[in-house]
Amino acid sequence: MKNQLLLKTAGTMLVRILFAVVAAFPIVFMLVSSLKPDQQIFGDMSSLAAFLPVGNISFDNYTAVFDRVPAARFLLNSVGVSAVTVVLGIFVNSLCAFALSRMQIRGKKIVFTAILATLIVPFQTLALPLVWWVNQLPYFELNGFSLEFSKGWLDTYQVQIIPFIANAFSIYLFHQYFESIPKELDEAARIDGAGWFKIYRRVVMPLSGPATATVAILTFLPAWNSYLWPLMVVQSEELRPVMIGIQYFFQLNVSWGEVMAYASLITVPVVVLFIAFQRSFVNSIASSGVKG
Amino acid sequence: MATVPLPTRPHPATAEAAPPPSNAKDKARRAHRRPGFRREQFSGWGMMAPAALLLLAFIFIPAILGFGLAFTNARLISPRPVEFVGVENFARLFSDPTFYRALLNVAYFTVVIVPVQSGLALVMALLINKKFRGVNFFRTVYFLPVVTSMVVVSLLWLFMYRKDGLINEILSAVSFGLIDGPDWLGDPNTAMPAIIILSIWQAAGFHMIIWLAGLQGISGELYEASQLDGTSRWQQFRYVTWPGLFHARSLVLVTITIQALGLFDQISVMTQGGPMDSTTTIIYEAVQSGYRQQETSYASAISLVFFVLVLIVSAVQRYLTREKD
Repeated sequence: MKNQLLLKTAGTMLVRILFAVVAAFPIVFMLVSSLKPDQQIFGDMSSLAAFLPVGNISFDNYTAVFDRVPAARFLLNSVGVSAVTVVLGIFVNSLCAFALSRMQIRGKKIVFTAILATLIVPFQTLALPLVWWVNQLPYFELNGFSLEFSKGWLDTYQVQIIPFIANAFSIYLFHQYFESIPKELDEAARIDGAGWFKIYRRVVMPLSGPATATVAILTFLPAWNSYLWPLMVVQSEELRPVMIGIQYFFQLNVSWGEVMAYASLITVPVVVLFIAFQRSFVNSIASSGVKG
Repeated sequence: MATVPLPTRPHPATAEAAPPPSNAKDKARRAHRRPGFRREQFSGWGMMAPAALLLLAFIFIPAILGFGLAFTNARLISPRPVEFVGVENFARLFSDPTFYRALLNVAYFTVVIVPVQSGLALVMALLINKKFRGVNFFRTVYFLPVVTSMVVVSLLWLFMYRKDGLINEILSAVSFGLIDGPDWLGDPNTAMPAIIILSIWQAAGFHMIIWLAGLQGISGELYEASQLDGTSRWQQFRYVTWPGLFHARSLVLVTITIQALGLFDQISVMTQGGPMDSTTTIIYEAVQSGYRQQETSYASAISLVFFVLVLIVSAVQRYLTREKD
């Protein structure tokens, strides 16, 4: 009986490891290959060496990447765009969720329903009309002391940020979380003379760490990984994010070592961030979504 | 992530359904509004305004615009004024054989990926549901492909799928040289299966998290009770776990389906719809005409057809997975 149980546990563990190997092998292959010259990548492919940093290891591919494409600029653009989107997204969405969840406002039910309704529209159906639409929007630029006015948001930073700040799913996640914070705290703060914004800033938000972390990751991932949108709205090289930079490697006679180095370069920061926030993320992401 | 429809249930009975006494109380309260009511309205709308206006500007307006533009001849950059052309775009679309091929490809992709991916994700969630040594390691590894962008994944697998690539080398090694793998992406018969495999590999971890959350919502007492009744592992799954996953199930099904219907990134990086249109998709066609040929109106028509398709499929799914009282 006991042996059977032990066997079962060992079997389960074996299946777990099998799944882990399948999940990890392409990423390990990418990281390892980024350190090898092309000839060795192909040479190692038929053996386990494909997954081991052995042989002629160097960071040459990485230096070559920075020589070949403005990778530093692309990274900076992506970091900037993602960071601004995340910070503004947390502020705008939590503020809205605060009003929806903790204040008695006439008509808020209609607003909440309308916000949730936006979840059924896939971004792909919006993308093309949105390109046309942002191209009609006015654009203000401070040039010295004069405010210059022109039309069309194409090829700017704001076109990569502003349309993605408000997000119904983030509002929903904050709303669900705020509902779990006792409303008596608001009352107490109000008796102490705090205004609504102060309650938001000093009472509710400091208690909402897990929700904020989840929204941060869920905003950061698509911002960093976005491909379709910048492909359509950004032309200038100096405004491009990392994912579009990858197009430089689509050409023929590409060095696969360099491709793997660039791919690793844009993957590793996300993986590190994810591991740092992993716990709060895994615990809170879907649990609030599944309850419905 | 932005396009996840939630299985929201109607709110439990509110004031309308409440018994008369509380209704009267409600009215009385409305007559004597507590102090600060007006200010609360004012600050409340102020707090909702930024998000509401942004959603209005970047979801509602473009959605309506897309609907309207589909019936015009709008181009991204054009000296001519926008004119109404009726159903011309749709007539052109429905007489285009590539469009039907795209529909077929997307149907193929969706029909395979929905059961396989959700099933594998459930297996993964079951494997890491209980606490054991190293559980966090496995959770992280299983989720790793999800944080890797689809563009990077596509580029990586593009390399692995070559005739002399890693996949064929592995196949040859495990079969002792018996299997000589195909040129996966170059052959119309294997291109779509190859894209299906990498898509499942990349996204299964995301749905695993939803399943996992569902699993953790099932009360442990139910398992204890079933153990006392001496149920087998399978019976436990069948009568405790599966019914307990009701909400997770509808969420997983809806998100996988909508993501599958919107297949684009992989195609754009790996095959550009080829070989011989065997991997072209609706969104790929829309982006081709809207972005490369700058035909906003035609692309809007395709997007509209896509949106209707998504609505129909999710309505059918909602109906099939509804709560049966």
